[in-house]
Amino acid sequence: MSADHYLEVINLKKYFPVNENLFGRNRSWLKAVDGVTFYLNRGETMGLVGESGCGKSTLGRLIINLLPPTGGEVFLENQNIFDFTGEKRKELRRKMQIIFQDPYGSLNPRMNIGDIIAEPLYIHNLARGNSVQKRVKQLLDYVGLSAYHINRYPHEFSGGQRQRVGIARALAVEPELIVCDEPVSALDVSIQSQVLNLLKDLQQELDLTYLFIAHGLNVVKHVSTRVGVMYLGKLVEITGSDELYDNPLHPYTKALLSAIPIPDPKLKRERILLSGDVQSPIDPPPGCRFNARCPVAFELCTQEEPELREYSKGHYVACHRLGRDAH
Amino acid sequence: MQTEPNVKIDQPEAAAEDFEVIQADPKQEIWRRLKKDKIAVAGGCILVVVILLSLAAPYLTSYNPNVVNMADRLLPLGSPGHILGTDHLGRDMLTRLLYGGRISVAIGFTAVAIAMFFGILIGLLAGYYKGFFDILAMRFIDILMAFPYVLLAIAIIAALGPGLLNAMIAISIVGIPYYARIVRGTVLSLREQEYIEAQKALGASDLRILFKHILPNALSPIIVAATLDVGWMIIAASGMSFLGLGAQPPMAEWGVMLSDGKDFLRVAPHISLLPGMAIFMVVLSLNLLGDGLRDALDPRLKQ
Repeated sequence: MSADHYLEVINLKKYFPVNENLFGRNRSWLKAVDGVTFYLNRGETMGLVGESGCGKSTLGRLIINLLPPTGGEVFLENQNIFDFTGEKRKELRRKMQIIFQDPYGSLNPRMNIGDIIAEPLYIHNLARGNSVQKRVKQLLDYVGLSAYHINRYPHEFSGGQRQRVGIARALAVEPELIVCDEPVSALDVSIQSQVLNLLKDLQQELDLTYLFIAHGLNVVKHVSTRVGVMYLGKLVEITGSDELYDNPLHPYTKALLSAIPIPDPKLKRERILLSGDVQSPIDPPPGCRFNARCPVAFELCTQEEPELREYSKGHYVACHRLGRDAH
Repeated sequence: MQTEPNVKIDQPEAAAEDFEVIQADPKQEIWRRLKKDKIAVAGGCILVVVILLSLAAPYLTSYNPNVVNMADRLLPLGSPGHILGTDHLGRDMLTRLLYGGRISVAIGFTAVAIAMFFGILIGLLAGYYKGFFDILAMRFIDILMAFPYVLLAIAIIAALGPGLLNAMIAISIVGIPYYARIVRGTVLSLREQEYIEAQKALGASDLRILFKHILPNALSPIIVAATLDVGWMIIAASGMSFLGLGAQPPMAEWGVMLSDGKDFLRVAPHISLLPGMAIFMVVLSLNLLGDGLRDALDPRLKQ
């Protein structure tokens, strides 16, 4: 483990029990996150893409310690966050925050905006009396809402405005790392870019580090410096965001990229259509998770799981094909 | 953020996004819907009148509800001085009805409050923490629910001894499972909401999450259930008294009065009929109000 990374995730695993029998013993496991290793540098935005159900959101929740892991470690500034208990854990909560996908479900419908944003201030005793109001107004100002919204309830706001409230609430504790769990996928396209730009501006002003989860590559390209591609609980490729678009190495990444529509009817492009369904993450068979749908799979792929290896500087891929022949 | 940065963000979107979904405050909206429901309003009015009348009992009648006057026994309705007649011991029926309303209504509300308190507590903890406590509490509640309500109440009174207070405790215990189940079910779905997850991520304590975020959102089904349950509790308490397990004679309580009159049904039916009608009125009004409240709180449930 190198010491210069802000956040190190090492072999992180989360299995959910399924099919629990009468005595509480499970016969099988849903391997939502299965041995994920990567790092985050301070101040960068790492995008995380993958299909629905591939474990992106679970990974995000593991990293901010919202879910207990089945195995593995997360080091924040060289401290394992899973070792924290009690007060230290509460302190940790101030460093890492999350912004949710659904702006309708992430705000308590019985509380007004002012109270929602003031909650973290009370929880961590960050402000008292008059300074609470002042701080709430300042936070509203950060996210582009005005002070007169304070007494309104969430249902009076549009999706984009609610997402801003969610961002303000996360900012209230002055976090360093924010996990953005598909923050724009529930919003109209016109509002998406506004929220993305807001996040970018806040990152510059407040020196934030983002783990940006999305299910489409186009949103991720807009915001991230590096991108990780997930498939069924595994990271299959990590690289710089430009490199990913210019030189994707994993067959799954190639398929994903070819699915981005190009707004030019004359331009012909070869689309890689994946056949078959996504495998079930419940008790996956040995070998590469992608082998059943992979156009270039060969024998080894059904037997051995490929490891994530660095092929060129900062470009990590997990594929048996690489280094064997060009494809 | 410590250095008060000037976050200047271009906000051309403010204009585009500012067409807010204007809706009335949810509480006002519920009140408005409830007011439109004439039947519910009627129920609420009857209930308020009954409560006011029983509270004002000492000012409305000069008789003592428990003083026996054998000279005037079994007077029929409309007798001079006794509008609603007298019972077999010559006590003024109107007086006894008014004083009885105090006890019945108070018992109904208190029993519901007790059942609600424990039911909510069990439901919150079971639904939120799941695991072993949930299994234990829910199996215990299954056991309680396996007995017929009245039988269980009688069994509890048999253990505690007859009396108004014990009858109230018994029907409260019988009512607990009802609330525990409703609350547990609601909490199970609420705990998965993202705003609860957000509170966890912010470092809120379980106590804060339970009582500040989950309970207020679980309240509307509880309120409806409680309104409908008060009526049931009043019937149950009167029933216990009728059987001689609750309020004891000579106390003016509707169930006791019903029981007092049963030996005189042919000569003076009003002794039983009047308290019976009083119970009927109050329970009906509570049910009408409860139904209206349910429809107002969740219009989707309306059939």
